[in-house]
Amino acid sequence: MCGIVGIIHKQAGKGANIGEQMTSMLQALKHRGPDSTGYAMYGEDTGNQIMRFKVAEAAELEGSYDIHAAIEGRLALIDSRLAELGVKVVKKESPTEYAHRYEIEFSGDIKKMADFIEDIESVEILSIGNSLELVKDLGDAAVVSKQYGLNSFNGTHGIGHTRMATESDVDIRSAHPYWAYPFSDVAVVHNGQLTNYFTNRRALERKGHRFSSDCDSELIAVYIADRMNQGDDLETAMKGSIEYLDGVFTYLVATKDELGMAKDVMAAKPMVVYEGDDMIALASEEVAIRKLFDHQIDTFDPYHGEVRVWQH
Amino acid sequence: MATLKKDKSHEMGLHDEQLKGRTQQRFFSVDESENLTYFHSFDVDTSKSGTIDALEMTPREINGEIRALMEKGIGDIRVDNPMSRHGVGVGILNRLNLTFSDSLGYFGCGLIDGPNVHIKGRVGWSCAENMMAGTVVIDKNAGSTFGAAIRGGDLVCKGSVGARTGIDQKGGTIIVGGKTGAFSGFMMQRGRMIICGDAGMSLGDSMYDGTIYVGGEVEDLGVDCVPGEMTELDVRYITSKLDLYDMKAPKGVEKMQKYVSGKQLWNYDNLEPSEKKLVL
Repeated sequence: MCGIVGIIHKQAGKGANIGEQMTSMLQALKHRGPDSTGYAMYGEDTGNQIMRFKVAEAAELEGSYDIHAAIEGRLALIDSRLAELGVKVVKKESPTEYAHRYEIEFSGDIKKMADFIEDIESVEILSIGNSLELVKDLGDAAVVSKQYGLNSFNGTHGIGHTRMATESDVDIRSAHPYWAYPFSDVAVVHNGQLTNYFTNRRALERKGHRFSSDCDSELIAVYIADRMNQGDDLETAMKGSIEYLDGVFTYLVATKDELGMAKDVMAAKPMVVYEGDDMIALASEEVAIRKLFDHQIDTFDPYHGEVRVWQH
Repeated sequence: MATLKKDKSHEMGLHDEQLKGRTQQRFFSVDESENLTYFHSFDVDTSKSGTIDALEMTPREINGEIRALMEKGIGDIRVDNPMSRHGVGVGILNRLNLTFSDSLGYFGCGLIDGPNVHIKGRVGWSCAENMMAGTVVIDKNAGSTFGAAIRGGDLVCKGSVGARTGIDQKGGTIIVGGKTGAFSGFMMQRGRMIICGDAGMSLGDSMYDGTIYVGGEVEDLGVDCVPGEMTELDVRYITSKLDLYDMKAPKGVEKMQKYVSGKQLWNYDNLEPSEKKLVL
């Protein structure tokens, strides 16, 4: 089933506590999928790149005797490869043993760097961006938020996902959001099933795109990246996806300045939208949006094949 | 309570296996007045009022509290702060005036037979699913599968509604003040749908019977949905229904378009497929 949420503040600058807001929205949708929870939130641009990555799956820490040494080895290799590329690591944070956050000074080719780092065994880059913080892990929103200290996160906008696994495993690799590799600051969350996943995946792989999981939702992120690579803006790429993707879906995409929503031509997956003067909030169910308001609000369901993009 | 007659179904030739354990099978008897009402329906007085503050309550607790008030004979209930919760106001099987001061989530007011419900907000997916009788009036918008499989009563949304409105509708009247999404009237079997605004793609797809009236533009018609001829009776019917709920057709009732089933998919006869081939 899965639940997705999005929020964008139009006038709040960097002061809105979107971490807490998204946690309350995602927790309200826990019944739509408790397997994993993910956030893609956009905070202040520090001028550096933020790289979120994992060096192992959470489950690997249990039942593997040499995993701790392996993780240390992988981190050392990452550091040496970053140094080899001339990347300066400004700040390191490790919310968990397997998930890490590096703030780096780098103005070179992101794809080249990402490919070099992901060449290391079990290492997956979750996101790279100037303001994007992509966090995903197993458990509900309360668990993940506490684990990564997200409730104090201030930012302009974000998208989130609570997952009921149907197409692939319950692991971090298959959790949403997906970073639209190799585009800085682009992330996707999806609710639905894509029936032309394998056909399109093979075609995109032949064009040189990389898939990190077996989850059908990743196709959307890769497709958006492919279209933007060919010069489309976000809205054009999303409108193209309505024809390109087969199946039932509602998905959200966020970039550094925008948040977009698309719904399939059958309108088979839910989405409720609140559009206020200062803020737009979207969720699979209104009960999530109501976590932000103690009074009645006007909301609506987007129609079949509809694409909307908002800017902050 | 109706008498449980274990062997009745055998006598009627419904089956011949021996049933064991408890059974819910009950049979109508004109001698027993209880048969004329549902189990768990209540005799309420609409001049008696009650209020529920649902702010800190779960859907189960809200429904339980509504029932507790009905058990006390209270027939005019207002629920404050439902906060878009799902599955609220369901399974009410008697006359009742029920008002929600705010929006409901999914599956609100489903499986009802008799109450007059007023929702002063919006509703999520599948509002009033399987409604048998009564009225449900929503002041704002509604989500998809609005009025799925309703069998009777009036279901009114003064705003716009999502996709598959009135899917599998078997009776009653659905009235929409704004526009509807794709596949409205999908597999409709009976009843009427009045859409004052525009209708999305594939209107009335695979409808077997029933009537759809549209006041605005229709994106396109579904399989076996065809335009019908508006009659004076149609105009009077729509006018009376809209007046009842203080609603207007933006371009006037006379300019509404009527849609019915082309009955190419209609197959309610008793012929076996081989016999049907011979007839055709």
